[in-house]
Amino acid sequence: MELFKVDVLGRDFLAVAQELVLLSFALGVLLLGVILKGDRRRYTGYVALFGYVLAFLPLLGAIGRGYEAFSGMVVLDPFSLFFKVLILVVGFLVVLLSLDYTSREGIAFGEYYALVLLASAGMMLMAGAAHLVTLFLGLEIMSIAIYALAGIMREDARSVEAAFKYFLLGAFASGFLLYGMALTYASTGALHLREIEGVLAQKAWLTSFPLVLVGLGLLLVGFGFKLALVPFHMWTPDVYEGAPTSITAFMATGVKAAAFAGLLRVFFTALPALEGHWRELLWVLAVATMTLGNLVALRQEDVKRMLAYSSIAHAGYIMVGFVAATELGRAAVLFYLFAYAFMNIGAFAVVALLGRRGAPNTLLEDYAGVGFKHPLLAVAMAVFLFSLAGVPPTAGFMAKFYVFSAAVKAGYYWLAVLGVLNSAVAAYYYLRVMVYMYFREPKEGLQTGYPSFAGAVAILIALWGVFQLGIMPSDFLALAQRSVQVF
Amino acid sequence: MIPPALYLALSAVIFTIGVIGVLLRRDAIVIFMCIEMMLSAVGITLIAASRYLHSMDGVIFVFLAMTVAAAEAAVGLAIFVLLHRIYKGVKVDEINLMKW
Repeated sequence: MELFKVDVLGRDFLAVAQELVLLSFALGVLLLGVILKGDRRRYTGYVALFGYVLAFLPLLGAIGRGYEAFSGMVVLDPFSLFFKVLILVVGFLVVLLSLDYTSREGIAFGEYYALVLLASAGMMLMAGAAHLVTLFLGLEIMSIAIYALAGIMREDARSVEAAFKYFLLGAFASGFLLYGMALTYASTGALHLREIEGVLAQKAWLTSFPLVLVGLGLLLVGFGFKLALVPFHMWTPDVYEGAPTSITAFMATGVKAAAFAGLLRVFFTALPALEGHWRELLWVLAVATMTLGNLVALRQEDVKRMLAYSSIAHAGYIMVGFVAATELGRAAVLFYLFAYAFMNIGAFAVVALLGRRGAPNTLLEDYAGVGFKHPLLAVAMAVFLFSLAGVPPTAGFMAKFYVFSAAVKAGYYWLAVLGVLNSAVAAYYYLRVMVYMYFREPKEGLQTGYPSFAGAVAILIALWGVFQLGIMPSDFLALAQRSVQVF
Repeated sequence: MIPPALYLALSAVIFTIGVIGVLLRRDAIVIFMCIEMMLSAVGITLIAASRYLHSMDGVIFVFLAMTVAAAEAAVGLAIFVLLHRIYKGVKVDEINLMKW
């Protein structure tokens, strides 16, 4: 047995340098939150923002140089690089959006930003995991931080309830995931993703061995919970509605991206031999997820809850690219996740800015007349909603286009047809918000809006992303395609 | 020597009891105990497999899983305390401000 070797000064720590930067900033922010008093605690947010910028630097050095570290438990290849950049962008935007939101809600202390940084570090570890143990640890570092973040508004019953539901179901799902990993280990004798692949390729009888198949199913259940795939989605609307809006944006984009990174890595690196088993299963899950998400979103009266169901539906669209399982399909998944991050954070940023302390104003009625009261915010919201609905020339359109064309090229015509039909249904509830914003009289005496310069910057960056990926997608798609060549 | 299949069966039975407990019980603390039971059941599988395969990986995985479970318990119990303050109890039926 080869001993575990760590190259203390060299590449091993360089491979996790970006995670280490985030971790040290998390600890620093935590301390700073104790040292600073009163209103000055909100400066911790700016420190966290700086941490995200600094964490980009080690990634710059890793461009084009894929390597493994810690006996191959962590890998820094183009694929993990792509996801790490995505997670840093998401974290940066979420902190930017949080700066004024947290002061308004009275949660602007060190813990908040420390937990956001820790969750990002967990996500990045997950994206770079080449071993089931690292994957599990990354997932848990992320999840535990997010449980606490969902309930960080300690006086608010909804926030605590969201944390409670997310915690119980998240821990339940971790149990399934861990059992799936354990059964995979018991039957193949390996925890390294590459070794699992090697064993399965060598011993063909294992691919129909019950223990392996049960393990596959349990892994799927565990990931299904984290990705909010139907039928493992029950927690999503409640948690997204109750959690602070900035954290909802973080969960809908960051957690989803990290979970998809883990799913891609496990299924395409370790389990391609079982493709015949999981492809049809995921086909059904993709259709169920899209359809149920969209149909239930149709009758939501709360914008946050509507966006929660919409995020379930979007997970379904992303699964379409996953089921196609070609290089274009996988690249489309990566493209979709990036596009989705911009449009969804943008939409949640507008929702956050329209609220006030003690009055979140997330009901659809509260959006009546917003188009005249806050013309700029309403225009931004309209762009994000058009993008979520998949209208050109936005990022959402190109993302859907790539995903569905990958499905068609792989021969999944029905999947593509069902996806397009679903997008048509989805347009209804996105447009409904716009109808309220522009064609309804504002409610008497309702105060909306909270001025926020940082929030406006976050929205501008998200707008730029939506148009950049929507108008000039080919360079970015090529980047995504290069990233998935590791499989 | 006890055959490894028996350990796997024991682990599967305990895991299933845990899952059933999560689905049927109504008290959050008991549900959380059932989740801990599921994680411990997985530990049995990992250790049995590790011994059978003559590799240490599974045993180390159990240590890490236990650490994770402890961290989870810390956050979870804190959430239960908050919940208790608001609802004066931790029965899952009563916690339905939002549609469950």
